[in-house]
Amino acid sequence: MPGHATARDVYRQALPVILVSLVAGLFAGTILGTETMRSFIADVPGLLLLLPAFLATRGGVYGSLGARLSTGLHQGLIEPQFQLDRRLTNAIVASFINGMSVSVFIAVVTYLWLDLLGSDGSLLELVGIMVVAGFLSAVLMISVLITVIFVGYRRGLDPDNVIGPVVTTLGDVFGVFFLLVGVVVVGGVI
Amino acid sequence: MSAPRDASQTADRPLPDEWSIPRIVRTMVPLLAVLSVLQLVSGTVLQTYEATLVQYPALLVLVPVQIGTAGNLASITCSRLTTQLHLGTYELSLANPELRANAGAVFALAGTVFGIVGVAAWAIGLALGGALGLERVLLVSLSSGMLLAGLVVVTSVAAVEASYRVGLNPDDTTIPVVTNVCDIAGVLILFAVVTLVV
Repeated sequence: MPGHATARDVYRQALPVILVSLVAGLFAGTILGTETMRSFIADVPGLLLLLPAFLATRGGVYGSLGARLSTGLHQGLIEPQFQLDRRLTNAIVASFINGMSVSVFIAVVTYLWLDLLGSDGSLLELVGIMVVAGFLSAVLMISVLITVIFVGYRRGLDPDNVIGPVVTTLGDVFGVFFLLVGVVVVGGVI
Repeated sequence: MSAPRDASQTADRPLPDEWSIPRIVRTMVPLLAVLSVLQLVSGTVLQTYEATLVQYPALLVLVPVQIGTAGNLASITCSRLTTQLHLGTYELSLANPELRANAGAVFALAGTVFGIVGVAAWAIGLALGGALGLERVLLVSLSSGMLLAGLVVVTSVAAVEASYRVGLNPDDTTIPVVTNVCDIAGVLILFAVVTLVV
C-alpha cells in the first residue's frame, strides 16, 4: 500500500499477526518455565545456549519451504495435492536435509562454544537432543505446512498470508516441546 | 526465503533448476549456519542468566515472546519502507508520513504486546511456582518492550537507508539481517533491564 497509511492503519493490519506470534510465544514460554524444563536447563549444559539458534532456524528452514511451495503453486509448477511430483518431493527432501544438518551444526557449535567458555558439555548428548528435536520438528512442520498450504490454496487462501503465522506458531511451540522430548529420549538412552 | 527472489530475478532468463535438492541445500545451509552462529549471542546471554531464569519462571516465559516480537516489528517496518523505496516515494525525513505512521504503530504495537505479555508472564510464573511480583514483571516487560520499539525503528530505517545508498535490493538482504539482529537485541535488552530491576 503506497503512501498515506496512518499509524492506526498500520497498527490494525499488523496486530493479528503480532498477536498470533504472541500467543505462540507464551505457549513456548510456559513449556520453558515448567518445573521439568527448568530442571533440564539446570542439568544439561548448553540447553539455553542452543535454544535461540534452534528456534530461529525453524523459521528459516520451514518459512523458506512454505515460500517455495507458495511460489510453485502461483506459477502453476506444482499441483495443490499430495502426489509424487519431482518438485514437491525435492522441496520436502531438501528442507528435511536443511533442518537436520542445521540442527547437528547447532549442537556442534554449542559444544565448541561451551568448551571455549570453560564449561563442560557432552557432545554426544547435545547432538542426540538436536537430532531428536530436529527430526520431530521436521516431520511435524513439513506435514502441517503442506496440508495447510494445499487445503488453504484449494479454498482460495493465498498461501503467502498463511505461512508466516503457521511457521511462527508451530515452530515456537513445538520447537520448545520437542527440545524437552529430546532431553527425555537422550537421557533415557545414555 | 530464496524462492521468491530467485523467481523474480530470473524472470527473463532461462531458469536454472530451482527445484533441485543440491541447489536448495547449497543456498540455504550456509545462510542457516551463519544465522545460528549469530543466535549464539542470545544463547550466551541466556546461559549467563541461567540461575536467575531457573529461579524466576516468569522471566523464562518472557524469553520466546521477546525473541519473536522484535523481529516481527522489524520485518513490518522494513517491508513497508522498502515498498516505498521501490515506488520512489521514500525519503529519510521526519516529515515522511509513512515513516511517522510506522514509528507510531511500532510503539503502539509494542505497548500492546508487552503489556499483555507482562501480565500473562506474571500469572503463568505464579502458577509455575515463581515469586516475582506483578509490578516487577510488568516493569521488565514494558520497559524492555519500549526500548526495543525504539531500536526497531532506528535499525530498520538505518538498514533501508544503507541498502538504498549501497544499491542492494533491501528485500533480499535487509529484512533477514534486521529481523535477526533485532531478535538478538531483544534478548540483550531484556537482560539489561532484568539486571537493573530484578
